[in-house]
Amino acid sequence: MNLTLKIWRQAGPDAKGELVTYQVQDISPDMSFLEMLDVLNERLNDEGREPIAFDSDCREGICGMCGLMISGEAHGPEKATTCQLHMRTFTDGDVITVEPWRADPFPVVRDLVVDRGAFDRIIQAGGFISVNTGAAPEAHSSLVPMEHAMRAFQAAECIGCGACVAACPNASAMLFLGAKVTHLGELPQGQPERWGRVVAMLNQHDLEGFGGCQNLGECSYACPKGIPQDVISTLNHDLRKAMAKGR
Amino acid sequence: MTDLIDGLYSLGDPIQDTKAPAGPIDKKWTQRKFEAKLVNPTNRRKLTVIIVGTGLAGASAGATLGEAGYRVKSFCFQDSPRRAHSIAAQGGINAAKNYKEDGDSTYRLFYDTVKGGDYRARETNVYRLAEVSASIIDQCVAQGVPFAREYGGLLDNRSFGGVQVSRTFYARGQTGQQLLIGAYQALERQIAAGTVEMFSRHEMLELVVVDGKARGIIARDLVTGEIQTHYADAVVLASGGYGNVFYLSTNAMGSNVTATWRAHRKGAYFGNPCYTQIHPTCIPVAGEHQSKLTLMSESLRNDGRIWVPKKVEDCEKNPNDIPEEDRDYYLERIYPAFGNLVPRDIASRQAKNVCDEGRGVGPVVGDKRRGVYLDFSEAFGRIGKEAVAAKYDNLFEMYKRITGDDPYEVPMRIYPAVHYTMGGLWVDYDLQSTIPGLFVTGEANFSDHGANRLGASALMQGLADGYFVLPNTIRDYLAAGPFPDIDESTPEVRQARQQVADRVHHFLTVQGTRSVDSYHKELGHIMWEHCGMERTAEGLRTGIDKIRELRADFWRNVRVLGENEQLNQSLEKAGRVADFLELGELICIDALHRRESCGGHFRAESQTEDGEALRHDDEYAYVAAWEFTGTGAEGQIGAPVLHKEDLVYEFIELKQRSYK
Amino acid sequence: MAGTGLLFALFVLAHMYGNLKLLVSEQAYNTYAEHLRTFGVPMLPNSGLLWILRAVLIVALIVHVYAAVTLWARASGARSVRYAVKKAVAQSASSKTMRWGGVFILVFLVWHLLEFTIVKIDVSGKGATGNNPYRLVVDSFQTPWLTLIYVLAMLALYMHLAHGVFSAQQTLGWTSSARTYRQAQIIGHVVAGIVVLGFLIPPLAILVGLVK
Repeated sequence: MNLTLKIWRQAGPDAKGELVTYQVQDISPDMSFLEMLDVLNERLNDEGREPIAFDSDCREGICGMCGLMISGEAHGPEKATTCQLHMRTFTDGDVITVEPWRADPFPVVRDLVVDRGAFDRIIQAGGFISVNTGAAPEAHSSLVPMEHAMRAFQAAECIGCGACVAACPNASAMLFLGAKVTHLGELPQGQPERWGRVVAMLNQHDLEGFGGCQNLGECSYACPKGIPQDVISTLNHDLRKAMAKGR
Repeated sequence: MTDLIDGLYSLGDPIQDTKAPAGPIDKKWTQRKFEAKLVNPTNRRKLTVIIVGTGLAGASAGATLGEAGYRVKSFCFQDSPRRAHSIAAQGGINAAKNYKEDGDSTYRLFYDTVKGGDYRARETNVYRLAEVSASIIDQCVAQGVPFAREYGGLLDNRSFGGVQVSRTFYARGQTGQQLLIGAYQALERQIAAGTVEMFSRHEMLELVVVDGKARGIIARDLVTGEIQTHYADAVVLASGGYGNVFYLSTNAMGSNVTATWRAHRKGAYFGNPCYTQIHPTCIPVAGEHQSKLTLMSESLRNDGRIWVPKKVEDCEKNPNDIPEEDRDYYLERIYPAFGNLVPRDIASRQAKNVCDEGRGVGPVVGDKRRGVYLDFSEAFGRIGKEAVAAKYDNLFEMYKRITGDDPYEVPMRIYPAVHYTMGGLWVDYDLQSTIPGLFVTGEANFSDHGANRLGASALMQGLADGYFVLPNTIRDYLAAGPFPDIDESTPEVRQARQQVADRVHHFLTVQGTRSVDSYHKELGHIMWEHCGMERTAEGLRTGIDKIRELRADFWRNVRVLGENEQLNQSLEKAGRVADFLELGELICIDALHRRESCGGHFRAESQTEDGEALRHDDEYAYVAAWEFTGTGAEGQIGAPVLHKEDLVYEFIELKQRSYK
Repeated sequence: MAGTGLLFALFVLAHMYGNLKLLVSEQAYNTYAEHLRTFGVPMLPNSGLLWILRAVLIVALIVHVYAAVTLWARASGARSVRYAVKKAVAQSASSKTMRWGGVFILVFLVWHLLEFTIVKIDVSGKGATGNNPYRLVVDSFQTPWLTLIYVLAMLALYMHLAHGVFSAQQTLGWTSSARTYRQAQIIGHVVAGIVVLGFLIPPLAILVGLVK
């Protein structure tokens, strides 16, 4: 199939960017979206034009490194990461706009590459259980009821790709935050730090400049792992409790 | 002992591990932990440790050393330490907990690992791995890793990858992700605490060796292009495997050998590079554009049955129209005891064999159909579709997304792909390489898996090394530190920086005609063709010639656009491919010199009458540790020197492996 | 946002209940209006409770609008470079219109207060005054364009409440499971439906002449 691509090109963090139009021909429906970009980049390189910078690593939908806004949808129209989006989703003659994640806490590095360090800093604020290596008790010393284990797992599926922020009209990272708070808060091991964690992580979230939540649901819809909105409720619940405890 | 053999390599002095204490195998690790010198807590903050890579082995080591109070500098080329490719491991992690009371023990895990590695691993290291395995599970559970559980709230286990006990802990099909996030969070906690300084989007391009000791690295800031020198008292490489030398593999796009290869060039011996594991359950190649291969957990083999049509003319048919009697469940036929659960190398080679016979299925790639069926219809009948879905639904979905076929309706197609590299930098019992102060952990070292790795053992080794082994052994070395200050006026530092700058300059100015990726693809093709699942002397020699030719052309004719002072992904790839082009030759030389079949290394000349791998323990029961020679000029390598480490089996009897 | 929002939801429910007295009889409605003023007397002065409620509602309104404006401003600050193409794929009509719908309701509120509380505008020109609330209301809604304004406002209120009531439950952390989350969404629509239906019955009944 033949496609028209409008791709965001930006030379560096402070440079001015613009959408540049490219035509690609003979794209196989079995290609992934990123392989289609690989093909375009090979051609650009042959023509002496600098290839388009975009992030990707595992290309099997789990590392969270890739992420493009494809015609207005984070990771494109499929419920998957960009690397798992295949060209069979598109039809011959389509015009596709490709932009980087847009959020001030995710500054553009180059072309379609953004800096998601804000997520790491949110985790640093409290997204962990404090247990030094070697200090752990025997694994079977605490039991986890199935429903808690399942919900913790579901929340822990977050891959930190940032699609939630990219899709949110408010550029809020509440789904990312809620996922971590829920993952650790559902487990007995996460209880001792539960109330401090939510406050510290939320403060960091706000400090980074992410927007607030209106419960619009764009984040869950865009999430390639289908993290549900109810983790944001858990975040709110824990925050309310934490405030009641004077955190 | 420097006779040139065939001109391809020469033989040097034997090498051996001197760190494992004498005595019973189950007392060695305790003894070593006792003997290894301690570092006073107040001195630890004066000692800097660089860790390259933030996968399971790197992140866990960074967190643990940070907790202990050392100053850690952690590097990864990705935008965040959480992206490391350990995240993609699906199946599980082994541990000798014996929660199922099915006869498992530390000794059995040790035995299975040595046997699975086809008796080419070092006993002492493997025993220790099995010994610390149980603590890993405790640690991860305490960190909040959401392992699968039973209704009673206890941890669940499954049997995995060719073993007959259930010792594999798992988190649906995302065990690697959950373990890595656990280690990542522990690392981030230390970053917040100020003990670990994180350098993401930084790539190590050279090792700094001063007075024979590893003292730092030269790294490039991938965003600004700045060439930086980072000093340390010890350097740890946890940079993963080199499967991407085959271009198409299950590795991540960025996975590379550069960190370990630059260290190899500076004097670290490379152990057993030809031991590469081909994973049997990958999604087959669909076409020329393919950038990577996707693995599906081999846990699928627990319930799926592998078959191909008995008749060549049936291969084009819809598999659902092929009657039972016309299907060849070849693994069940050849290996009645283990059936579909035979080790990875056997399952892979048999898939290749049936496809070579023309009985493969799926699209024709090159000259043949390269795929076999993995069929769940029997499991649907036995335990029901819902039970199958509960176990594998995410894998089924992934398969459907990639291929467009629904495994609930049509059998999956699978084919082997390069997955893991057992070889790596040679290390002793302390995980120290032949360069003092340079430690190597996880997949980057050669130590624990011999010629073939068992399923669910990579995660175990990465975390064992990072959480429990390295932090205990590195102190023995660091106790002598801090080492004298060095700076950019130190000749070795200056020279290392210059080398990096020159290389970058070369790539950007050569202005040739071919892209980096085109070289990488061609190299991968040569490797797969001549050094893949089945290797022959003739094929390997051809491979070596082709690699040399390609390498020479690469240095003359590669085209890298843009500048250094920017995010330049072509430039990053150029450096990685340059090192793959050197490594590829060493892999072929190693494969050529090892005229036996063992584990992941199958030499067509060395097989039993019925086509099984045939070892030659009298000649080859050693680790091949290769020393780099040559002037050090880029793109040029001398004939490597082979140092043999004899494998002495004190506790396990060597047996020809049989899964019949 | 959630707390004040829920307060408003309770208020409109009560308000709606009062309005329905209109259907009973002129006397019932006017007595109800009078009771609002004399409630709590003599513990409170005349109209005392009414003023307390008004004060609470005014404060709540200020907080609600302030929070909304802050949230809006934060959102613009969090994405200073906009997308060239951006689809809204998950939002309902209701959640999409929270902001502008809210503004519309605010403007309507000003009109509504002017009309029936502060100035008591005689829209119909029949000379109704605040002395007979029943007549004021009935005469007003016999004017079709006014009824149309109210119908539009109620549509906006439905949208605002449907998402708002759900969103408030989510913000208060009451929806931490798939089940309670779905329930909250249903509750949002049910509350919005009851309020809007209850509000619309009297004016429509007046318009078609069921109430004179």
